Amino acid sequence: MSFALLTPLVGPLVLAVLSLALGSSPLRRFLGLASSIVVLGSGIALVTAVMNDQVPTAGGGMLRADALSAYMLTVVGAVGLISTWGGLKTAADSRGQGAGIFEALISLFLAAMSLAVLADSIGLMWAAIEATTITTAFLVGHHRTRTSLEAAWKYVILGSVGVAIALLGIVLIYAASRETETPTLSWLLLSQAGLSLDPALITAGGALAVLGFATKAGLAPMHSWLPDAHSQAPAPVSGLMSGVLLAVALYAILRIQTITNLVIGPDFLRTMLSIGGLLSLAIAASLLIRQVDYKRMLAYSSIEHMGLMALGVAIGPAALPAVLLYMLGHGLIKATLFVISGRILHIEGTPVISNVRALLARRPGLAVPWLAAMAALVGFPPFSIFFSEVGIIMAGWAEGMGLVVMIALFLLLVIFAGLTRLTVGMVLGSPTPTPTPAFVSATGSIPSGSTQSIATIQSGPGDETLLVRDFSTHGPILPIILALAVTASVAFIAHPIGDLLERAVSVLGGTN
Amino acid sequence: MFDSVYAQLVGLCTGALLLTSALMVWRHTLLASIRLLSAQGLSLAALVAVIGVQENEVELLFVALLIVATKGVGLPWVLAHESEAGVRAIKEAPRLNPTASLLIVTILTILSYIVVSQLIGLGTSVTSHAAPIGLAMVLIGFLLLISRRRARSQLIGFLLLDNGIATIAFLTSGGVPILLEFAVSLDVLLVVVILYVFAGRMRTKFGGTDVDQLRELHD
Repeated sequence: MSFALLTPLVGPLVLAVLSLALGSSPLRRFLGLASSIVVLGSGIALVTAVMNDQVPTAGGGMLRADALSAYMLTVVGAVGLISTWGGLKTAADSRGQGAGIFEALISLFLAAMSLAVLADSIGLMWAAIEATTITTAFLVGHHRTRTSLEAAWKYVILGSVGVAIALLGIVLIYAASRETETPTLSWLLLSQAGLSLDPALITAGGALAVLGFATKAGLAPMHSWLPDAHSQAPAPVSGLMSGVLLAVALYAILRIQTITNLVIGPDFLRTMLSIGGLLSLAIAASLLIRQVDYKRMLAYSSIEHMGLMALGVAIGPAALPAVLLYMLGHGLIKATLFVISGRILHIEGTPVISNVRALLARRPGLAVPWLAAMAALVGFPPFSIFFSEVGIIMAGWAEGMGLVVMIALFLLLVIFAGLTRLTVGMVLGSPTPTPTPAFVSATGSIPSGSTQSIATIQSGPGDETLLVRDFSTHGPILPIILALAVTASVAFIAHPIGDLLERAVSVLGGTN
Repeated sequence: MFDSVYAQLVGLCTGALLLTSALMVWRHTLLASIRLLSAQGLSLAALVAVIGVQENEVELLFVALLIVATKGVGLPWVLAHESEAGVRAIKEAPRLNPTASLLIVTILTILSYIVVSQLIGLGTSVTSHAAPIGLAMVLIGFLLLISRRRARSQLIGFLLLDNGIATIAFLTSGGVPILLEFAVSLDVLLVVVILYVFAGRMRTKFGGTDVDQLRELHD
């Protein structure tokens, strides 16, 4: 099974080279999608192996897939599939030099994410996460407007400084392991009990590493790059960053937490992550109430969900199955929403919520999937986000973190109200007879939609408006249906999903 | 024989590292900063070589060569790539005056000694005794990052931060495994290239590289 450890690294690399080499072939636009399929396929193969009690390794133990890694690789592949498939460029868009680089960077990003979850050494994991900053930098700045340049600059500076702090933490953890017989960065060795690592170095190292990776995970107060980068990047990239990058950064925190828990117990990181989580929820709540831009709205919602996941990590093993399920559910739904938001932006030509009105009446083809995915995002059952949130809150209550959980619940309620109000403002209402002249977007980055006249056509005398309903989904609908179906059903599948989550949590040293 | 000089050599190298960091805060022209960065890279390489000779580790000598290639020559070359006259013309108008910033550098250095000795303990070996220098460099890097306005001066702050982390790594644990060292160097090099490209784009879009202009996106 060890070949499945190499395919998600080599496959996307080959496809990246191919997308640069293919010139303007019509096949080129499918290469990012092909990379996602390779990663997803390898993930499923590794999950199968893990469920048969194997732990595939490769490269002399440098790559290792325990249950957690296999699950995370599947999440990377699945979210990648939805983002790249849903954001598939039209044949016309995929000509030109920029498109080839775009596809190549998407493939490299997927390869780096795969390496991050498969690496056994926390040092290699760090390098892979830093590599994602490098690959996504040009993707964020892809539109080459002033605002996207600003977003990309902030993202690279904050991202690399944050990750540099994480490196400092990892260096200190390595220094702690120098006092044992074999200095190592291997997670497998570091996570064994009875290593007698120096508690002071591990405390400092763990705190810095978690702080650094929390920057990458978009946790407050180091979140300020996230709304800018997510709102300026092309839609599939936003989906990938929100669904995959944030989750993988949280995965890195999970691995570090295992090492520190063995030496200094869970209390220290629990305090840190609780503060970060609650702060993220508070910031998301306060900025979602009066949000005007729907892509920024989605970005703040990512901060909210990462905050709740961080709380789950703080709570510990009892909440971890819910957190892992949360990563999958949130990734799929957020990728879907970003893909649809990209289509709305393309058609309507504006990122401003108040300029997009009565979507349900004008464009049901976009509004219906948007509504369904928003319902999943704010946490309606049967979508898995609901069960994850309930799972984390119940576990927190049982672990004696009642106060933290109560505050979180209150903030979730505020966020629920804010998101609902914004969605209603976008989707409901009756269409105005004259199209608003607000097609010059605030960012100036978007080519104003040439199809605006389809939406409303004035006819007849007086206020009579003949409405042409636009049932087109403006892109592949299958990935959206697939994502919604998976999130709606995944929480009910005890085998193999439930078993896999149990195994993944037991990898991290949780017993219950 | 070498043991007696060893402590002095480590002290010399770390002293050079701290001195170059402080000078970077003091000098305002980009060209001076780039030269200081290059000198700092070479000091770091010398430090690694000294530790390598003392510990009899050939691997560390290779790492020292790698550092000379990247931090001593490669990165400064990328930064000073365009015509020297262009770089010479770039002057920083920092948010802090030189006296205040040098004072802050002093405070940061004292602070890092206090933090390290309180939290971790200075230890007995020569190298761990010098470890607070690395932390001071990290903090000075942060200072440069927040107090400089030009895009490329911020970049220098980032590189100083990275040098500080490398110094801590070599002083506390004799460096990370060589594979990771390669990965780290490559990552840093690529980040610098990317930021450099963005700084170039910024100049064509905004007509300057003042990061204070980057304030269109906010809530």
